Amino acid sequence: MIIVSRFVARLLTAVLLAGMVACLASGCTRTDGEVSIGSKKFTEGIVLGEVLTALVADADIPVRHRRALGGTRIVYNALANGEIDAYIEYSGTLIHEVLADAGLDAAADPATVREQLAARLAEDGIRLGGAIGFENNFALGVPKPRATELGLARISDLRAHPDLRLRFGNEFMDRADGWPGLRDFYALPQRDVRGVEHELAYRALGSGDADVTELYTTDAEIAYYDLRTLDDDWRYFRRYDALLLYRIDLEQRQPEAVAALKRSVGLIDAPRMIAMNAGVKIDGRSEADVASELLRVELGIDRTPPPDGFITRLLRHTWQHAVLVGISLTAAVLVAVPLGIVAAHRRRIGHLVLATVGIAQTIPALALLVFMIPLFGIGAGPALVALFLYSLLPIVRNTHAGITGISALLLESAEALGLPPGARLRRIELPLAMPTVLAGIKTAAVINVGAATLGALIGAGGYGQPILAGIRLDDTALILEGAVPAALFALAASWLFERAEQAVVPRGIRGRVGGG
Amino acid sequence: MFQLDRITKCYGSTAALDAVTLTVEPGRTTALIGPSGCGKSTLLRMLIGLIEPDSGRVLFDGEALHPGNVRAVRRRMGYVIQQGGLFPHMTARENVTLMASQLGWRPERIEPRLAELAELTHFPLDGLDRYPLELSGGQNQRVSLMRALMLDPEVLLLDEPLGALDPMIRYELQEDLKQVFAALGKTVVIVTHDLAEAGFLAQTIVLMRAGRVVQAGSLSDMVTAPAEPFVEQFVRAQRSHLDAFGDKS
Repeated sequence: MIIVSRFVARLLTAVLLAGMVACLASGCTRTDGEVSIGSKKFTEGIVLGEVLTALVADADIPVRHRRALGGTRIVYNALANGEIDAYIEYSGTLIHEVLADAGLDAAADPATVREQLAARLAEDGIRLGGAIGFENNFALGVPKPRATELGLARISDLRAHPDLRLRFGNEFMDRADGWPGLRDFYALPQRDVRGVEHELAYRALGSGDADVTELYTTDAEIAYYDLRTLDDDWRYFRRYDALLLYRIDLEQRQPEAVAALKRSVGLIDAPRMIAMNAGVKIDGRSEADVASELLRVELGIDRTPPPDGFITRLLRHTWQHAVLVGISLTAAVLVAVPLGIVAAHRRRIGHLVLATVGIAQTIPALALLVFMIPLFGIGAGPALVALFLYSLLPIVRNTHAGITGISALLLESAEALGLPPGARLRRIELPLAMPTVLAGIKTAAVINVGAATLGALIGAGGYGQPILAGIRLDDTALILEGAVPAALFALAASWLFERAEQAVVPRGIRGRVGGG
Repeated sequence: MFQLDRITKCYGSTAALDAVTLTVEPGRTTALIGPSGCGKSTLLRMLIGLIEPDSGRVLFDGEALHPGNVRAVRRRMGYVIQQGGLFPHMTARENVTLMASQLGWRPERIEPRLAELAELTHFPLDGLDRYPLELSGGQNQRVSLMRALMLDPEVLLLDEPLGALDPMIRYELQEDLKQVFAALGKTVVIVTHDLAEAGFLAQTIVLMRAGRVVQAGSLSDMVTAPAEPFVEQFVRAQRSHLDAFGDKS
């Protein structure tokens, strides 16, 4: 047992080192002097991220855009922790959601509110750099024909129609200043209320599967889906001014970068923003493209980035995906096989180990990813850890089953020969369990390839990126650009392990699982 | 070679061995025989230390078996079981030489020994690179025997080695086993439920019933001077086999 535990300790060290190397390679840490811009994971957020990035790049400062990192909390915390240097947030979101505990009074006069907000942000090491120039307020929208049919013009009109189907973005469903507050304020009676991806809510409206959704007033879809914006007649929704936020320490580190970022203040008005959103969502242009057009028109900056071709994108996503899967799976094999061996030999530890990895498996992949963020930040790091945890169970369980499934006669033969425990493990138990262990690794690999697509939600890249972008933009071709290679990747992994079985498992026990 | 002193072993409330006292003479073949569940296999497994007695002592070559010496002692014994004892992921050659290579024997020492054993057990050389699944039941038992003999042990323990074979092959292997035992002159303990086989292979027969030794001696002792009525019944029940044995010799 001492030998085994020393072996496990050495493996763990190796895995941790591998993880650190992977982090360095994929950018958990960043190089000195590089400015990191963040963006929330919706089109407008990404466009604004591209604008900030292009402004910094125009000042010849190395800059990196960490696109679509996640929802408000994730990106705000990333800024507070110094993982990113700047992003654009909305005043209402800050006052009512992120900093709700500060109890800022939104009803006070705007200048006072701004002052209080700046003071509160400074506590988190964040500077309020100024307003971008447009508001993106909440509103409720109904397809025009339906609104006409029911005579809906104001939010208070909804009170007379309890059977309407309401579909809201997940963030709006949960935010204190979203649906819960709106429902109580207007005493809305609707029961069929569900949270979906904001983009999917629009599509449900378009296809007649839903009646009402929340809108952002700069959404391009309002015109595209021909929606009527209901008048907020009782004045529930607050102002959501787009604000530039950056880290205070950036003023010391790179004052030129701050100056470059501040060029965004007052740069974009609401029609401009709606046009840019429409450029991406309806005309199918890239966020970088519409951002650079804005800078060319407004500031005379011309640094059009060469757009990536299909092959370049595919290779980049494949590489990112392979790194995610390869590292997390290798680490899982190195940890799970010894764990399975220990579990098979020590019954009580075995129960504990199997129960623990079993629980890790029951956590939804999405939740697991989010749990990792406070521990490991954003990007490839948390995704690797989540995928690693996710791959453990099939391998541990199959290693355990493979070894405990070996017939008692064979174990007795090994004992009667006088084989020492180490040699028994190496020469008898592991080779006999090998087909089952390999089947477990194969299962883990296929699960891992699928789960890795979710990594894109927290900025880890991979095939999930085009899939998420495709959902956001309602672009099936883009979804397939991620989904098809992901499926092929899983098939390839599966095929690879079948070949490995041919190569590794001796003829005497090939084609049967269990090794009894 | 072995001395057993008031050995008792219980599984739950039933006694598999009940105060068994027995001496196994060196250089002779001893057969343990009796009806199913009489404790003969338990006794054999106790000799090689796979089972520890609840009470009593097992002496091997004058030395008591304990966890500290059991692995070293096992290398001085060869052990053959009925079936399933060969490792399916290893060829016949790998099965036979497993322990020798574990002990660091050089190929110059392994190869001649392997050839010698194949000749002794009448095992075809071209079968050495086959897996157990690709060999017949009888050939597998020859491989088991080679594996047990590889380190040239002082003692050979066999647990119903021919139990799962069909009669023709069984007959052939009985002949071969007798020759091997005679050629090597080792201490052999064999478990069987067949009195004819016991009489054919062994000089001493130990008849057991319900965890106790009923009678130990030669086959003719049992036929002519049964220690209790059970011995007579047991001999009568196997009479037809005995007749066949009588005709042959």
